Amino acid sequence: MSPRLTALDALHRSLGATMTDFAGWDMPLRYGSEREEHLAVRTKAGLFDLSHMGEITVTGPQAGELLDHALVGFISALGELRARYTMICREDGGILDDLIVYRTGETEFMVVANASNAQIVLDALTERAAGFDAVVRDDRDAYALLAVQGPEANGILASQTDADLPGLKYYAILPAVVAGKNVELARTGYTGEDGFEIFCAPADAEHIWNALTEAGAPVGLVPCGLSCRDTLRLEAGMPLYGHELNTDLTPFDAGLGRVVRFDKTTNNGDFVGRKALEAAAAEAESNPPRKLVGLVSEGKRVPRAEYDVVSTDGTPIGRITSGAPSPTLGKPIAIAYVDAAHAAPGTAVAVDVRGKHEPVEVVALPFYKRAR
Amino acid sequence: MSNPTNLQYSKEHEWLTAAEEGVSTIGITAHAADALGDIVYVQLPEVGDTVTAGETCGELESTKSVSDLYSPATGEVVAINQDVVDDPALVNAEPFGNAWLFKVKVESTQDGLLDAAEYTAFIGG
Repeated sequence: MSPRLTALDALHRSLGATMTDFAGWDMPLRYGSEREEHLAVRTKAGLFDLSHMGEITVTGPQAGELLDHALVGFISALGELRARYTMICREDGGILDDLIVYRTGETEFMVVANASNAQIVLDALTERAAGFDAVVRDDRDAYALLAVQGPEANGILASQTDADLPGLKYYAILPAVVAGKNVELARTGYTGEDGFEIFCAPADAEHIWNALTEAGAPVGLVPCGLSCRDTLRLEAGMPLYGHELNTDLTPFDAGLGRVVRFDKTTNNGDFVGRKALEAAAAEAESNPPRKLVGLVSEGKRVPRAEYDVVSTDGTPIGRITSGAPSPTLGKPIAIAYVDAAHAAPGTAVAVDVRGKHEPVEVVALPFYKRAR
Repeated sequence: MSNPTNLQYSKEHEWLTAAEEGVSTIGITAHAADALGDIVYVQLPEVGDTVTAGETCGELESTKSVSDLYSPATGEVVAINQDVVDDPALVNAEPFGNAWLFKVKVESTQDGLLDAAEYTAFIGG
């Protein structure tokens, strides 16, 4: 099957991007040096094409109740034009995907799923909608998605829109006109920086990209690929589905039990996975499973996903889920599931790097937090 | 970056110079460096090691991956480039120049080495 192309495909190629297949999409991996792109987002601004993300619109009088039933979050309690990080789980509590849900109206929500899981989420929501007065709509082809991230993002956006940016709080969304085009403008991201995500018509994507590039270039905005998006989210301690999250894990296993809202009042408090998740919550309390921790290496070798974490005496105690050289810290970093006995920050452990045990130290996540 | 015509190339994307007093200099090509992305760690053979043509003799790590380094020649390693070990990004910046990797007292070279035109065609350039 040939990969899907975003509305910006020709533009990426004209910029000389190195492309990569990602979840069936041909996406920019990097345009030049991924390290430079990463540092641009931390210190200035970066522009991303995230059109592979899967938008699903849920509308109707019971749209909120449907999402309360289908997801682990208390979505109907979300204020209009606000957003929430949440998850969709199986009946057995296993994580099907992590999501951002935007309440775009009284009876309208936009669910944004990972590209790799968009069909799974769409199918699950459609199935779970039975009996609710709500409609689940596949809007994957209705939107392109651009992101402007970094300390200069606010100024760059301000030059291209009259929207009330000071009033647009983190995890909020607003219908807006950007570069003359109607968009949904959200203050969300996956980089650990302030920034915006712009949901627009695919036909408008290139115009908006070019306007943002022109406005941003003087303050250091550069186009950014998925490679730096991964290291940015890793430094920010944000999980990536397929790495830190999968169907074998519950939100409690991933240290994200806070997203599960047992206090929901809709549907008599019931939701898909409730029973299994209550058991997982109790288990996490009484008999903590492996914990998700950060690892920092003083060496140069990079601890990578799937490498074993071992104790100082060489006993396997965990597994790395993501690892990369950190451009901000200047050291290799990793996220790993580690036995609770070795999970305290400051614990000295090691990573089996192709047979050689490289010493690393357990640290609290995130590795990087922006100054506010 | 064009591939210098004074070098020979392996299909594993190493280059080597014509031997001078029996010693060839070896590095990786600009194409390989570009494909890897930002290189963050270089492990080279040690001076005095014997490397074998077509076999691995070290590692290159980039943000996204780990790749084996192959030797295009058999012989004793007589020098390594400590600058590259200290600053792996040099491989991205000057793959055909200051970022040479090691020097070998050549006993034999790998079969099927390519000239610049052949290598350029091989990488689809």
